[in-house]
Formats: sequence, C-alpha cells, structure tokens
Amino acid sequence: MGIRFILMVNKQGQTRLAQYFEYLTIDQRRALEGEIVRKCLARNEQQCSFVEHRNYKIVYRRYASLFFLVGVDNEENELAILEFIHLLVETMDRHFGNVCELDIMFHLEKAHFMLEEMVMNGCIVETSKSNILAPIQLMDKAS
Amino acid sequence: MSGGSSLMDSIFQRSLEDLIKSVRLHLPGGEPTVISKALEEIRREIRSTDLTTKAEALQKLTYLHSLHHADMSWAAFHAVELSSSAFLPHKRAAYLAASISFRPSTDVLLLLTNQLRKDLNSTNHLEGSLALECLSVICTPDLARDLTPDLFTMLGSSKNLVRKKAIATSLRVFSQYSDAVRVCFKRLVENLESGDVQTVSATVGVFCELALKEPRAYMPLAPEFYRILVDSRNNWVLIKVLKVFAKLAALEPRLAKKVVEPICEHMRRSGAKSLVFECIRTILSSLSEYESAVKLAVAKVREFLVDDDQNLRYLGLQALSLVDLKHLWAVLENKEVVIRSLSDADPNIKLEALQLVMAMVSEDNVTEICRVLITYALKADPEFCNEILGFILSACSRNVYEVIIDFDWYVSLLGEISRIPHCKKGEEIENQLTDIGMRVEDVRPELVHVGRNLLIDPALLGNPFIHRILCGAAWVSGEYVQFSTNPLELMEALLQPRTNLLPPSIRAVYIQSAFKVLTFCLNVAFLPNEAAYSSSSCPINEYSASPSFAGHESLTDCEQDEFLNLRVLSQSVKAPSVKNGGDTAVNHVKTSASLPLRNDILTQKSADKMFTLVKTALAPLVGSHEVEIHERVCNILGLLELTQNEMTGCFSREKGNFETEELKAYETIKMMRNAFSEEIGPVAVSARDRVPIPEGLVLEENLHNLETICGDVQFPISSSFFLGRPHSGERDGVSFFNRPIIEVSESSNESTLLTEHRKRHGLYYLPSDKKEVVSCEYPPPNDPKVQDDITDDAEDLVKLTEQSLVRKKKPSQAKPRPVVLKLDEGDEISVAAEKPESKDDMVSGAVRELLFGSDAIPPSTQINSSDKLSSKRSGKVSEVNENVGNVRKSEHRTPSSRKSKHHCHGKERESRSSEKNIELREENGQSNKQKSGHRHGRHKARQRADGIANVVSQTPVIPDFLL
Repeated sequence: MGIRFILMVNKQGQTRLAQYFEYLTIDQRRALEGEIVRKCLARNEQQCSFVEHRNYKIVYRRYASLFFLVGVDNEENELAILEFIHLLVETMDRHFGNVCELDIMFHLEKAHFMLEEMVMNGCIVETSKSNILAPIQLMDKAS
Repeated sequence: MSGGSSLMDSIFQRSLEDLIKSVRLHLPGGEPTVISKALEEIRREIRSTDLTTKAEALQKLTYLHSLHHADMSWAAFHAVELSSSAFLPHKRAAYLAASISFRPSTDVLLLLTNQLRKDLNSTNHLEGSLALECLSVICTPDLARDLTPDLFTMLGSSKNLVRKKAIATSLRVFSQYSDAVRVCFKRLVENLESGDVQTVSATVGVFCELALKEPRAYMPLAPEFYRILVDSRNNWVLIKVLKVFAKLAALEPRLAKKVVEPICEHMRRSGAKSLVFECIRTILSSLSEYESAVKLAVAKVREFLVDDDQNLRYLGLQALSLVDLKHLWAVLENKEVVIRSLSDADPNIKLEALQLVMAMVSEDNVTEICRVLITYALKADPEFCNEILGFILSACSRNVYEVIIDFDWYVSLLGEISRIPHCKKGEEIENQLTDIGMRVEDVRPELVHVGRNLLIDPALLGNPFIHRILCGAAWVSGEYVQFSTNPLELMEALLQPRTNLLPPSIRAVYIQSAFKVLTFCLNVAFLPNEAAYSSSSCPINEYSASPSFAGHESLTDCEQDEFLNLRVLSQSVKAPSVKNGGDTAVNHVKTSASLPLRNDILTQKSADKMFTLVKTALAPLVGSHEVEIHERVCNILGLLELTQNEMTGCFSREKGNFETEELKAYETIKMMRNAFSEEIGPVAVSARDRVPIPEGLVLEENLHNLETICGDVQFPISSSFFLGRPHSGERDGVSFFNRPIIEVSESSNESTLLTEHRKRHGLYYLPSDKKEVVSCEYPPPNDPKVQDDITDDAEDLVKLTEQSLVRKKKPSQAKPRPVVLKLDEGDEISVAAEKPESKDDMVSGAVRELLFGSDAIPPSTQINSSDKLSSKRSGKVSEVNENVGNVRKSEHRTPSSRKSKHHCHGKERESRSSEKNIELREENGQSNKQKSGHRHGRHKARQRADGIANVVSQTPVIPDFLL
C-alpha cells in the first residue's frame, strides 16, 4: 500500500479532511494527526517537504492556509507524491473554482469522492483531471 | 417513534451546512457542547423513515466523525440501510460513511454483502464504482470470499473506469483472502497489456505492491514489465515498474543486465525529477555493479545536491546513502556538499548529511571526521548537537570500537564531549567509559586521567545531564586507582561537598570508589614493597598466561617502564605537585633515585588529612535513608576505624622497622586489596543463559512459604559488614559466586546460625559447587582466547583497509592498536528470526503456484504433477476447441524442462522465446473466449472459485523470463 493516509489541515492545526487507507481507531487517529501537525506545521518554507514519522514518510505541501499531508510507505517516491498533491489541488481548483478551505469544509463529501477517484487502496489510479471529475459531475446531475 | 415527530424532524432538520456553521461559530471552549447537541439531534433524525432526512443525518455524523472524532460506530446499521437506496447521492453518503467508520469487527458488516454484490453487478457504472471504493477499504476475509466472483467479473469490464477500480480493489481482496488470487490473477495479468494507460497504471501499482513483499514469485512476468518499461511514456507507470525491477533485478543478474540500459535511457531523456530520482534509486540500490550506470546516476545525484530546491537536496543526500560500499567514491566526490549540508536550514537535511558523514568513517579518518563534527556540534542547536554526539558515539563504538586505533585519543574525546554544554548523552558515555576500561587494558591510565579531570571540576556536578558521565568517571577512577597520579586529590574530588547534588545511586558509586581509593592508599602505606607489585600484578597470580606480562621473568623495557610507572604513582602520593602524567618520563629518573624512600609513601600528615577528609565528608551520611549510601558509608568508616589507630602507630615508628605482619589491620587490607584488584571483564549478553540450572533448583514453584523463613531471619546489625563487590551484583547477576566474599569480624555465633538456616531452607540456595561453570562466563582478561581476537582484529583491519577509501594502509601505525577484549560470541544480541506464515506469504504462494506452475513443489515431484495438471488443462481446452495444436500441447506438457533448456541456450533465447510468446498469447485468446462463457454466470464462477485449486491457470507460464 503506497499511500497510507491523506490529511488536509489548516494552519491552526484543525483537520479539514482525513482519509485513511488502513484501519486506525479514533484515538489512534487523533494522536497521529496531532503528532504530525505539530511536526509539520512547525517547519518553514526553507525546509524540505519530507518528514519521517513513526514508520511513515510524510510528504506535505502548503497551499495558502491549507496543508496537504500525505503519509506514505518508505518505498514510495516522494516527488511523485508531491506531484500527486499538486494534481489534487488543481483538480479541486477546477471543480470549485479557486478552491479554499471553506470549499473543502462545506463539501467534504465531494472532496472525499474526488480522492476516491484518484486513490484506491493506497494506489494512485487516476491522474486525468477530467476523468476524476466526470463521475462527480454525473452524480451532481443525477441529484 | 411517532410519525409526527419524524415529520417534525424532516421539516426542522438542520442541514449539514447549518451544522458546520454552528460548529464554526461556537464560543471558545463550547465546541464539545455544540457537538454533543448535534449528535443528539442526529440520533433522533437518523431513525427517520424518510431517506432524505436519514441521509442528511448520516452526512452530518460522517462530518463530525472525520473532523471532530465523534464516535459513529453505533450508526453502522443506518449506513447499511441507506446503501440500499436507489438514489445515488444517498448511496454515496452511505458508502462513504461505511468506508470511513467500519472496522473489521463491525457486526453489521456482513449485512452489506448483498448490497455490495448487487451494486457491483449493477449496469450503472457509478454504482459499481461506489461499491468498489467501499469494498477496497472495508474488505474482510468474509467479504472477500463472498465477492471474489463479482470482482473477477469486473476485472474484465469493458468500462475502463470500473476496471481500474476493480484492479485496485483486488490488491485488498488478495490480502484478505488468498484464494482469490487463483481466481483473479490471470485477468489481472491480462490488464497489463491493456491499451488504457490508467488500467495499466493500476495493474502495475498492484503488482508493485505485491512484488515488494515477495519479488521472486513475479519473476515470470518480467517480459511484460520490460515491455512497459521500454514502451510506456507515463511517469506514474514507469516509477512503479522501476520499483518492481529494483526488486527483480536483485534476484536475477541476467535481468539486471537487460534493464540497465533502458533505465539509463529514461534517466538521460526524462525531464521529470520524480522519474529521474526513481531511476537513480533503482540503479544505486539494485544495479550497483554496472559502473557506467552508477556513474550516470551519481552525476544526476550531483545535480540534485547543488539544486536550489531543498527537496531535491534532501533526496540527493538520501540517494547517496544508498550507494554501495564499493562505490564510496561517490560519497567522497561530494564530500564538500555533504559537509556543507551539515549547516543547512533544515534539520532533516542536516540529519541525512550526518548519516552520510558517519558512513564515511573509517579508521584512517575517524579523528578528522570527529574533529569536524565536534566543531559543528558546538555551533549547533541543542537538539542537533545531541544528534551529532549520538552519531559519533555510535559510529566509534560500532562493532566493539573497530574504527578506533588510538584509544587515548578516543577517551579524551569522550572527556571533551562531556563538557559540551548541550550534551545529553550521559548514559552512553558512561557505558563507553566503563566498557573501554574493562576491554582495553592499555588505555586505563589515560582513562583515569580523563576521569580525574571530570571529577575535580565542581561545576560539572550542577548539570544533571552529566551525572551519568561522572558516575562512569568515578567508577573507572576507583577501579583503576593504581594509575592515578594523585589518589589524595582523587579522594577530595570524590568526597567534595557538591556531590550532594548527585542522585543517591550515583553518589553510592562515588562512595564506593572512595572506598577503593582508601584501600589502595592504605595498602601502599602498609605494604610499600608489595604495593606496586600487587596493584597490577594480581592477574598474574590468577592467570599466569597474561599476554602483556608473558615475559614476566625477563622484564622487557616496556614492562619495566610500567613497573617504574607504578612506583612513580605511589611516589606521587607524597608529592602531590606531580600531577601531570606527561611528566612521568622525567620522573622516572627521580623515582629510580628515590626508590629507597618509598616506605614513607603515605606520610603521617597526608594520611591524617585523608582520614579527616573521609570522616568529615561521610560521617553525616551514616544516617542516610538511602540504603546504598548508608551501607557504603558504614563500610568505609568501619575500615577507617579498624586501621586508623594502627596507622598512627605505624608512622610513629622508625621506617623499615615495623613488622606489618603483626598488625591486625594488615590482613584485612590485604584481603580487600586483593578483592578489588581482581579484574572485571565484560560479560556476554547471553552469559546468564549459559549457566545451567542447578539440579534440584525449582524456579517455578510458588514461594508462599518464604514468609515463614523470613519470619525467623535475624537481620545482622552493622557489627559485621560484608565486603562483596557492589559492582559484581549489578553487572552480572550470577558471577558473584566466584568473587571473593570476605566477611570481616564474623562472629562464630552468627555463622553457626547461618549454617543452620541454610540447612533448614537449603531449597532456596544455589549449591555452592557451581563455581567452575560460572567462572567460564567471560574469558578471563588474560585468557588465550584473546590471542585469537588479536588475529581476528588483524583480519578485520585488513578487510577494512581493503574496503576503505585510502586503499593502502600506512605500514606502521605510530601506535599499535591496543588489545580490545572481545567476547567470542554473544556480544550482540541474536534475534531469533522467526518468520510467521503471514497472509502475504499465502498470496505470493498462490501467485507462485499460478505463475511457475508447479515450481513451488519440490523438484522430485515436479514433473509428474505438472504433467498431471497440464493434461487436465489441455483436456479442458480441447473440449472447447479441438483445434489446439498437438505441438503446442506437448510443449505445454513439460514446461519445466523447457524452462531449463532455455537457461542453457542463452543465444537462441531471443528468437525462440518470441515465437513461443506468440503462441502463448494465442492460447490466451482462446482461454479468454472459453472463459467469457463463464463471465455472466456468477454461479459458475463461484464453482470455479471452489474447484480452482486444482486448475492451473492458462496464464502464460512464460518460460523465459529473461526475455
């Protein structure tokens, strides 16, 4: 399993989206999120985007007030994950139009849905923005 | 619930948006109240019969669960209920809730099975993909077993969207239910050849994950991966394929030869850093024997290292750390960049650089590197400073200090490290100080010198992080006090008032060391003639095969030096001004001149001073509540009392006139000195296990009747004290058997009591005749084995220099490396590598069965069984299509023999295998057709799943995986 979890956290450290690809209890999640947020948010712009934590490698990137943090296996290619994060942001941008923290908060389900189109079981399965958004648009039409 | 309230709920239900707003607007600290109120509403609303209300409630709950960690396990049933809604957004909400909150133990999980199956087979691909997404997260062995046939169907779906999701899901299903491999694997392999990039990407992703766990099983797929490696232009796919090859190439050198060129090509061609980095990683970790490829990779690493982007710099350093030992030139070439990275703005980069620097350490450059690092440590922030120190300590002590030749230097480095303000490595330094003291005989004088410098500095006592180091220093100073240039000064240091800042356990070590120093001084005073001799020569008495004293009878120059040295040392008790060890050379002359004067080593004045010092410092501690301190203080004061009067008498006489043998104290002191001068050696970790449990000793038995025994124990009062070695107990739980235990002033009355007691409760005592066994636990310091170690060391050195950067070893070291006492075994803890049969093994087992045919079966039965299987299969094929060529059949019949042929005929390989591949593909096509008959019949597919174990897949048993 390449990707183990994806977190979006604002700069106050509040989780805005959390998707896990392995089962953790609520307490484990809370602890993990807290540790990672403390570790990553303390870092500055001059520092690299990779942090090792427990047995994960965290690849993160900051967009405005939002941090995108992806926990991966040690085997995973860090640069590819950075590209993935960027792709995710671009996709959201295309859908919401200039995406911001509130868009993700109020459309959490859609954000999850987009993620599910891109990543399944920790593997990246779709990298084309229009392919990712097609089912969402279809479903929007249906409702 | 009444219909009315349900209606009210529907009408007045707060939407998810309202909820989010109210959570955002709460007063500071009011969040829990807002959430619990919302949860209350949700509990009511979710029971509504109106699906819209229910869905909204579930969405709100999902939101609270995933962002505010609210419990939603109670709502599992509602999610299942909602998933049956025909309205897609409801279904989506339900599946999202399920995938976020369900766990393997969720009891309603099985209720979802039917709904999932229905959606998987739905004509609406959106429903299918929702179900797959959910399944890929919540899959359990039961679900996997029940839904494998449906997954199999979807793997062949004509819709790419569904198929790629099915592929990704299959990885999860395999891990839960290994039999699914037998059903689905062939279809999965077919997807590698799909024209759709995303399908290939997903498939390669799955194989990459599978191959990471057990690469060998996927070797037969190498041709497919190779084709993708050469043809694909999709970086995501290429990265995954490279990962697969990194594993496969390590197993099969011929494959490595084949892939190295395409990988280099990608590296040259690609502008994508991620792909280039993956190529670098693959080459450095798995293809390091291809010199030109490594050169190219290192050149690319260099580009990374000097890039402005900190991410690339970090990865560049990480790539360098992958470099194989034989390519250390790559690290050396970039040495400056690496060293410069030690002061990078990013702690992670600094850490990587540090690891690289430490990887460069060899015996030739250890001094230089440590010097550079210490300067960095002094400038660094506390945290990184300690990282550096930790690395230095672990690199230098690696493999019993194999890189250290000059131990004097290393010991003084330890002293220097101790004084670095941020140093928090006290425990490690303490361990190394004592460990080196025990292992390296030649370094002890310097060790004592370093210890003394630490001990006499009162400022250090104020820093709690240094206490452990001081503890080590105190121990070595006491243990090897004969090397001290000035025992009196040492005594003052050990008993200085600020020692009350130490924790009791360390203070106890201080006091015990003071005890040793006192014993040593008294010994010197009483036995001036023997003093020098007995202090260092005790080992000779016990083990006559001492390497350094082997030529004891005919003293060489060096030994004589040592002899003289000791006298100088004794001498300097009288003359405290001679402190510096460096002066010894000069002193030799002096001493030899003043040899006749050695009787008054401890003058009346200095003895009195020492006695007063001990008394004033320790008398207040007699009442200490700390047992360790209390006991040791009593010991030392007792000794003092015993000897003081006679000492005074002794000094008042004419020198050379008194008969030491007449003095009562003389015996005591001699015994104690003997006790202390026995060497303490390192003890193997496994030493205790090697002590056989004495016969008749019952360790498991309940000890409840101990109470009755404890009841009649009379605790002896301090009139008799017990002078075992406190350290022996701490160091090795068993070895106190062979320590001389001296009971001073034992009363006969008590000893008879004791024997009586032992007789009565003999069960709880170890028999005392086990001495022989126990004493073998560690090789005595002068054991012949040490000789072996020396040769081992020499071999090690040779090996090291061969690998080391500077190929030629300097012909003569300025100083020969001292003997480092190593245990023949057990210095490292051996971890029993038990590998439990995991699910992954089962998956790869199944895969291997499929891909290799019968290769997994032992060779003797191989041919038979493969015959049987293939005949079964060919029978089946012929049912469907009689046209299958006989040639092909017979080819298939002996896959293993053909494979072995191919191993031999390397040259013909290319052409022949391509022919065969074509044939095999044709057959694939046929089997596809044949199987498409099954495709729609789930029932049949299920049957297949059940009986599948016997059916070998028609997957190309690609015989020539070397292309």
